[in-house]
Amino acid sequence: MSLDLAAVRYRYAGSMSVALGPLDLSLEPGQVVGVAGANESGKTTLCLAASGMAPAVVGGHLDGAVEIDGVAASTLRPHELAQRCGLLFQRAATQLTHTTATVFEEVGFGPCNLSLARDDVVARVWWALAALGIEDLAPRDPTRLSGGQGQLVALAAVLALRPKYLILDEPTSELDPAGTGLVADGLVRAARETGAGILLVEHKTDVLARIADRMIVLDRGGVALAGPAAAVLGDDRLVELGVEPPARVRLARDLRAAGLDLTPDLAGALE
Amino acid sequence: MPRTRRPALPPVDRGLPDYVTRRTSGFYRELNPATKLALAALEVVVVFAVPGWLGPLVVLAIVAGVAAATRTGRELAVIGLAASPLVISIMVVNLFVLPGAADPIFHAGPIAPTWSGLWFGLLTSTRLLTFSSAVALAYLTTPVDDLLADMSRRGLGRRGVFVVGASVQMVPRTIERVGEIMDAQRARGMDTEGRIWRRARAVVPLAAPVVFGALTEVEERTMALEARAFTAPGRQTLLRAPADRASERALRWLALIALVAVLVARVSGRLG
Repeated sequence: MSLDLAAVRYRYAGSMSVALGPLDLSLEPGQVVGVAGANESGKTTLCLAASGMAPAVVGGHLDGAVEIDGVAASTLRPHELAQRCGLLFQRAATQLTHTTATVFEEVGFGPCNLSLARDDVVARVWWALAALGIEDLAPRDPTRLSGGQGQLVALAAVLALRPKYLILDEPTSELDPAGTGLVADGLVRAARETGAGILLVEHKTDVLARIADRMIVLDRGGVALAGPAAAVLGDDRLVELGVEPPARVRLARDLRAAGLDLTPDLAGALE
Repeated sequence: MPRTRRPALPPVDRGLPDYVTRRTSGFYRELNPATKLALAALEVVVVFAVPGWLGPLVVLAIVAGVAAATRTGRELAVIGLAASPLVISIMVVNLFVLPGAADPIFHAGPIAPTWSGLWFGLLTSTRLLTFSSAVALAYLTTPVDDLLADMSRRGLGRRGVFVVGASVQMVPRTIERVGEIMDAQRARGMDTEGRIWRRARAVVPLAAPVVFGALTEVEERTMALEARAFTAPGRQTLLRAPADRASERALRWLALIALVAVLVARVSGRLG
């Protein structure tokens, strides 16, 4: 059981150049794979390809295979994909329907689309809100939330479809530090509570350091670095690839550059 | 990071909360959205089909009474103010250039406002304000999600319901976006306040980001809807639906019959 990309290459409609690939990737339930890379390195394209949205919804041409638990994504319709592989975008505002009066109904929008029994919808909504620890937001107007709260509600709305895999495309990119902290806490909680496999594209490597098990760094559509998150985030080539290392890695480097000897315990804690 | 096995969905220990099943209360507000729309449609037809002042004044009296009972007078006044440029232009055009009018109020060189133009302008303006107030009253007293839930229950497909909902919500969303862009433009030194010509000059750099921003959002919004199973087959589950009593259904039929009767009377010339 896994989400697998094998020799995937993707071209957007009307473009001659390859935006992604060749690329191989595997994501198992319960695992968090972080993705970093400079702008235009193919991160969003990876999200679209892994979730089956590309080419099914956005068009273009995909070579190779994307399989979700052994089923080719190309054979699944968008609503079937949505129940296997949830997709979250950067901006909360564009993901909310703007047609619901409360967060509860907003989160229930997806399950309602599946024509589930009302009790089932209600159970899913409470479960999704509880998984992120945002039950207290349930009565609020979804259009009157902070950026971080809005993003968590959008994530809860995706979770309510009970996907086995979550693809998160820079969920904190438009958030201030407080909002980023809120969403990062929610992601840690979601990873623990839902058992879903998470593919997390993120510029903020501190968030990745906190949550990711494995990481890949993309460069011009291909994988430039891959491995355990701690090793990748401590790799010296990260800066060359347009990715800022986490604060603790930078601190350790600055301390060494200043001529300080770090004790093994401190070095381990920082790196 | 410690991981747990994928948990099963817990049993429903908490039902549908009250804030979802909420019912509006009070005269007129608790009517089913379809009933309010039917009444608004009848009022609009009466305003335009009944000749002279009778139609608009009767409807205006009804609208004023309902507005007082539902405490929506202030919002209606704002909507009336928003229509003032149109009212002024109707008055000016009719006052001075109503075809066939030959009863001048006074002469000031080539300008000669007429009594006929004044009355016709007033009647047309009253019709316009009454019509817009009747429709606005239905809108102001109906939560959008009540309207959408009711449409969905009556069998309108989820695409149709979503288009209606998104269209209704587009106005406040666009106003919000205009505010954000105006703040951004001001932060970069653009003068968007003061005399009217300055405001007019600020419209062009404001319009482009509003329009292009809305267009670029469309693709992401489409994908976000797909990611929430919007295109799944079958009927959408309704978490709640506004009440629809037998008396209201009768009222809607009556409104429909009255609407048709007024139209027939108008077309056949019985209303004069």
